[in-house]
Amino acid sequence: MYRVAGWLSPWFGSICLLTLVTGLYLGLYVAPADYEQGDSYRIIFIHVPAAWMSMFVYVVMAVSSAIFLIWRLKIADMVAVASAPIGAAFTLVALLTGSFWGKPMWGTWWIWDARLTSELILLFLYLGYMALRGAMETPQGAARAAGILAVVGVVNIPIIHFSVEWWNTLHQPASITKFDKPSMHISMLKPLLIMVLSFQMLYFYNLMVRVRTVILEREARTSWVAELAGRRSS
Amino acid sequence: MTDQAPLLLEARGMTIWRGDNLLMDELNVSVRAGSIIQIQGTNGSGKTTLLRALIGLAEFDEGEIFWCGKPFFEVRDELYADVLYLGHKPGISPGLTPLENIQALCPELGVDCRDAVLAVLEELAIADRIDLPSAALSAGQKRRIALARLRLQRGRLWVLDEPLTSLDTNGYDWVREEIRHHVGLGGAVVFTTHQALSFEPLHVDSIVLGGELS
Amino acid sequence: MSAPAPASPPAPALTASRAEVGLFTLFARVYKRDLTLTVRTAGQWLNTLLFFIIVVSLFPLGIGPGPQTLSTIAPGIVWVSALLSMMLSLDSLFANDFRDGTLEQFVVSGQPLSVIVVAKVLAHWTTGGLPLVLLSPLLGLVMQLPDAAYGVLLLSLLIGTLALSFIGGIGAALIVSVNQGGVLLSLLVLPLTVPVLIFGSGAVTSAGLGLTTSMQVSVLAAILALSVSLAPLAMAGALRVGVAAGR
Repeated sequence: MYRVAGWLSPWFGSICLLTLVTGLYLGLYVAPADYEQGDSYRIIFIHVPAAWMSMFVYVVMAVSSAIFLIWRLKIADMVAVASAPIGAAFTLVALLTGSFWGKPMWGTWWIWDARLTSELILLFLYLGYMALRGAMETPQGAARAAGILAVVGVVNIPIIHFSVEWWNTLHQPASITKFDKPSMHISMLKPLLIMVLSFQMLYFYNLMVRVRTVILEREARTSWVAELAGRRSS
Repeated sequence: MTDQAPLLLEARGMTIWRGDNLLMDELNVSVRAGSIIQIQGTNGSGKTTLLRALIGLAEFDEGEIFWCGKPFFEVRDELYADVLYLGHKPGISPGLTPLENIQALCPELGVDCRDAVLAVLEELAIADRIDLPSAALSAGQKRRIALARLRLQRGRLWVLDEPLTSLDTNGYDWVREEIRHHVGLGGAVVFTTHQALSFEPLHVDSIVLGGELS
Repeated sequence: MSAPAPASPPAPALTASRAEVGLFTLFARVYKRDLTLTVRTAGQWLNTLLFFIIVVSLFPLGIGPGPQTLSTIAPGIVWVSALLSMMLSLDSLFANDFRDGTLEQFVVSGQPLSVIVVAKVLAHWTTGGLPLVLLSPLLGLVMQLPDAAYGVLLLSLLIGTLALSFIGGIGAALIVSVNQGGVLLSLLVLPLTVPVLIFGSGAVTSAGLGLTTSMQVSVLAAILALSVSLAPLAMAGALRVGVAAGR
């Protein structure tokens, strides 16, 4: 596993870099400015992929936690533990960029928009997951308890999302749904999709690097890690 | 000795780390019907951890546990229905009376088990406490209440964590007699202890932890 | 020294496993046990109730006593305060049993742990949730809650606090082996309670405006049904982990 992850990571890394450069170029230079929003809309090339990934990573985390709880596959737990901070980072990026976007659009840094609120709650879920892991005394206990929490969380996310949407329509009948993009021009859509791909690769790249670290940490007492360390240092 | 006696609990390749301490490495334990196994060792050598790990109450790094030949996770409930575990914590809620505590831990006893409980508590010389709050009991008295379950609850395998701590000589003798009796009926006992105990004429298997390391 | 132990087949007394206990009997036993314990230590559930009252009465002090303002925010205030009180009291749901060793006995008892857990949660709700529900109209009165909203306030809190007990129970089970887990409990559980809060206070607000509330109440009931069916499994799993991880 360690070797596979090591072999895969440069591939993910380079695809990520490639798509990132293309996506940013197309998004920031080639795509035209928006009719209403001017250039400030361009932040969606960061915001939307980050928001999308924040959900995706949580699902990956929950699925691998479930695999770990059912089949006791240690590597699944390592994927979950490695994913949590990456997912939290994506969520934070989505929140910050959403806020930066909100300032020119709505004239305020924060608005209780349905999606932003959902992202905020998602961030709390990530933080709770990591806090629980940190609080448990034994590594096995931490893995299993956090796994249960991730699964409970993923069952809740659709419900939270639905309720926040409902709450939002109730309190803001004329809700600003600029995030909805029913008619997006192809020149804007293309860089957006490339950026989504790029963020995906960024996640996989980070995941591989972090999983390698986690494997080394967990297997620190085995002979192959000792050998590896010996070879590196000599 | 009695290799033909049915194998109840078996642990293979138990490896337990606590932090950077290797408590045990590839340890095998088999508990047969009619056997007594004592786990000895100094403080911090992992006696309690091993005892609890045998019935899934403690985490272990490597190893597998089998109950009557089947993997632990398939037969966990069958195992628990046949195990009587007395831990370091006696399981006595201070807010309840001894009778209520025993009823809570032995739901199969039925509502009118008072006489049965009273009889056992009389042997243990704490019958007069049966309806008083457990908060006022001393550590030794709490342990006696917990030990009463040895007589009241069924279970082929007894798993006892330091059953003799905070007991006086009478309590001590009572426990040894109970263990002898249980093993005579074909039960099995695993317990932890500081110093070796003898159950003449019965055979006792010992697992000594921590000795190899020092 | 090594006289062989009797290898005869196990005596009859030992072959029969423990007598079966009916699920309902087991439930009733644990429920009664927990109620007895709570009643004997009156402090705990009274504290929850007092906390509820005090938190609600802080809002007029912080915001100002204008009846118009209070009336608008009353549903939210009463609901948030009930939510916080529930979280505060859930901390002790499994903690005492963990400390004195009863919890590990439940885990190894061979009885279905999820039934035990449901009994404990319901006993906890009876002393920690139901009093909040019964007291809420009084606090509504203090907060100038519109007359039309009282029925829905009671109903939504009745369903809502039950759902909160089950959701919060998962958190309480997860942190059972953690020292000083109270704040962690809130961090874990509060995000999960958002839907209950939204639909609970939403229902009361709508009722106050004279609107229909059947949709919100049905969603609350659906959340309750979902948590009653799934939470016991999660709690039982979490308790097994906690007991194995704790000292």
